[in-house]
Amino acid sequence: MQRRVFVKSGALALVTLGLSPSFLRRTAFGMELAGAAKGKTLICLFQRGAADALNLVVPHGERAYYALRPSIAIPRPSLRAEGAAIDLDGFFGLHPALAPLKPLYDRKLLAPIHAVGSPSATRSHFDAQDYMETATPDRKATPDGWLNRLLAVEGTCDECRAASAFHGVAMSSQTPRSMQGSADTVAMNSIEQFTIRAAGGQAERIEALYRTGSADLVHGAGREMFEAVEMLRAANPQRYQPRNGAEYPRTDFGRRLLQIAQLVKADVGMEIAFADIGGWDTHVNQGGATGQLANRLDDFARSIAALVTDLGDKMDDVVILTMSEFGRMARENGNRGTDHGHAGAMFAIGSAVRGGKVHGRWPGLEREQLFEQRDLALTTDFRAVFSEIASGHLGASRLDAIFPGYGDRRSEWIGVL
Amino acid sequence: MRILSAVVVALVSAVPLHGQEALREQPADQQILHALNRLAFGPRPSDGQKVRAMGLDQWIERQLDPSRIPDEAADRALARYATFGQPENYLVRQYAAAQRERRQIRADSGAALSREDSIAFRQRGEQLRAVVTDLQSAKVARAVASERQLQEVMTDFWFNHFNVFIRKGGPQPFYMRSYEEGIRERAFGSFRDLLGFVAKSPAMLFYLDNARSMADSGRPTLARIRPMARRMRQGLNENYGRELLELHTLGVDGGYTQQDVIEVARALTGWTIRPPQEGGGFIFRPIMHDAAPKTVLGHSLPGGRGIEDGEDVLDIVARHPSTARYIATKLARRFVSDTPSTALVDRAAATFTRTDGDIREVLRTIIQSPEFFAASAYRSKVKSPFEVVVSAARALGAEPDPTPRTAGAVALLGQPLYAHQAPNGYPETGDAWINTGSILNRINFGLAAAAGRLPGLSATNAPIGAGLSSAPREQQVDAVVSALLGGSVSPDTRAILLSGDHPMIASGAGLQGLAQIVGLALGSPEFQRR
Repeated sequence: MQRRVFVKSGALALVTLGLSPSFLRRTAFGMELAGAAKGKTLICLFQRGAADALNLVVPHGERAYYALRPSIAIPRPSLRAEGAAIDLDGFFGLHPALAPLKPLYDRKLLAPIHAVGSPSATRSHFDAQDYMETATPDRKATPDGWLNRLLAVEGTCDECRAASAFHGVAMSSQTPRSMQGSADTVAMNSIEQFTIRAAGGQAERIEALYRTGSADLVHGAGREMFEAVEMLRAANPQRYQPRNGAEYPRTDFGRRLLQIAQLVKADVGMEIAFADIGGWDTHVNQGGATGQLANRLDDFARSIAALVTDLGDKMDDVVILTMSEFGRMARENGNRGTDHGHAGAMFAIGSAVRGGKVHGRWPGLEREQLFEQRDLALTTDFRAVFSEIASGHLGASRLDAIFPGYGDRRSEWIGVL
Repeated sequence: MRILSAVVVALVSAVPLHGQEALREQPADQQILHALNRLAFGPRPSDGQKVRAMGLDQWIERQLDPSRIPDEAADRALARYATFGQPENYLVRQYAAAQRERRQIRADSGAALSREDSIAFRQRGEQLRAVVTDLQSAKVARAVASERQLQEVMTDFWFNHFNVFIRKGGPQPFYMRSYEEGIRERAFGSFRDLLGFVAKSPAMLFYLDNARSMADSGRPTLARIRPMARRMRQGLNENYGRELLELHTLGVDGGYTQQDVIEVARALTGWTIRPPQEGGGFIFRPIMHDAAPKTVLGHSLPGGRGIEDGEDVLDIVARHPSTARYIATKLARRFVSDTPSTALVDRAAATFTRTDGDIREVLRTIIQSPEFFAASAYRSKVKSPFEVVVSAARALGAEPDPTPRTAGAVALLGQPLYAHQAPNGYPETGDAWINTGSILNRINFGLAAAAGRLPGLSATNAPIGAGLSSAPREQQVDAVVSALLGGSVSPDTRAILLSGDHPMIASGAGLQGLAQIVGLALGSPEFQRR
């Protein structure tokens, strides 16, 4: 249904019911907004289960790497063998399944960050995800997630904050910990599902129930919701065609990123988007250039590459940041897999990112260089990356409120922007 | 002192509720509905009449003493869950055996699992899932069916107050049922008793890591540490100590310091769990206990003692004035208002202190207060997703759903049961539950339930539809308003509910029309409140 038709018929229904159509002025708001939102967007992608950083961004210049991982190491690029690492800078290389990301590195859009993670020593998935999503390591009682605090304490522009129901969107059935908190955010499995599922005028009548009566919390949220549903309908999700020849994998993750691209392009005022991808807990038969981890990376890399391609020039206003709760042990275990470790790796992607360079100080993999003599040591606190991007990309100024107990520590920033 | 307070409790309990009516602003019928919405999970079709016949005050008294209420309906509903028939220590041992087996298989074969092994793994996985889904389904079924409604409301309240997370990993799912059952048994009892139960429960010990907290190296312990144990030493873990003060007793501004957190954690070292292969369960391990002297909130605990340290800490925090205030505030927020008056909190806190933390008496103070039945209190609380789903099932007269589907609906509305990750529990105020996305989900839930798309909640088979399928729209609207919306709605709302014959709106005849009205009512702003 075209928006104008909806407004007209909705109004007719209400007028005939003897109700005031005063809400019409408000419903037009969504359309005006559509052209007005010019904010920046941060897209956070969480690899749940602890991705093996040493096989994502491979330190092929490090002898110890090959000694520690006799059966799962990614071969040196110099070997030019099938399945060798894709060289980045003569020392680091990408896992071959991350090949779709290499052109982004070459175009200086993509920055891998190594030896980054949480200062907490926990090796529990649950605790570590909690700490990363709240951005308060070793502090369990933090009630809200860092992305929600970011939205709650500030935004990129007043107009989009005030008006959009979509300033924070998680493409998931439930609100992830990062997005929980006092600021309104939306969690949805798909854009199509963000609608009233009823026929025969039921939706219009329910809308009328929320349009009448007092303007309290429940009514107010209902009215905003109906505007938000209309706004998405106007974006016409069924007809969406990715641009620039982008091809998303037909996977859950691919579909979620496609929908994030839709929302970015629909200018619905989205400042934060969130999606996650599981399957990284590779204790057994992790594989090397092919196998279990390679299959996850294939989905991961092709989806992200499609998103960047699809967004095209919009990448000027978008930063994509990937994260995982911790890395995995430097040494492979007895099952050709890896156990829980410490520091990990992230990817930052966007026109604003200082790409084409591997960021973060490399601590080395010799025994005495490892954390607790077993894991990649931490040289960058993940909050240094979060806060640099919150400040530099989204214009956040109240870092003390967003990162309690950490705050504004510019000296720790690594210059990823 | 103890005897004296027991006498006071007895005297106060003996005072009947009669004579309170004068203080109540709400009209009599509204009081009944209000009580059913606050002290129960909403009315079932005949509940209003039953309470009226019994007398509201009599009904409240009975709800405050659940042991007097027979509850075959709940027993029948629970008998359907297979894992409820298996004792916790059996399930925990099974879990330990499965873990051992898994390690063994990995060590043996390294690479590929045999067909038999992978089938066995799958079956274990299914059993674990059954433990979780049985718990979740049973919580909904019990809230729908139980006659001991206030006991279920209070169990929900205390579980949330002492929240644990079912997906913490390890044996956590197996510790949940006895945890909730222990809370239910103590829901109206002494706060100190409840606190002690929680402190010794494997569910909490595992969730907040006290099970692995031990004296820091260099501290004296009660037993000599074997070399083996020395290697595994990890030191003090403050998690539980902190939440005990911040969330369970004094509250975040309750007047304690970081040093108090450390001292409390030290006092509780050695409070741990038996290994899963021994079936779990609480144990005090002297070898882990920090035996040096401590000072907790100004109280000195001498050195060289064992489990008494922790017991003393629980005594100290349970009797702290901040705890009385904190618990009184939370109860008043749950039962009366998101922003309870200082006067009400003061009175409830005074009862807490006077009765040495008698929960039933604190509750009585709150229910008997003028604030509870104030006109402004009516429908002033926003329902949590759990309350939305359970109250819908009750209003529709639905049978308790033996499948996990209805619990799944609660999760989709944003409150996966036993699965709030952080120790603060689900929010108790409306602003946390209501936003653009949640309103949409609530409306869609109501529409799905009304259209019969949620088999556990089918409205078309429910008493509400009986005899009304070919009744005039007006009569159908009256029946739905009576069952779902407390009997009265604004003229605007009524006009919209009646508007089925409007040309803009496909006219619904018969049952389909009735389902339409039910869908509108469940999705309405009024139904989101209690």
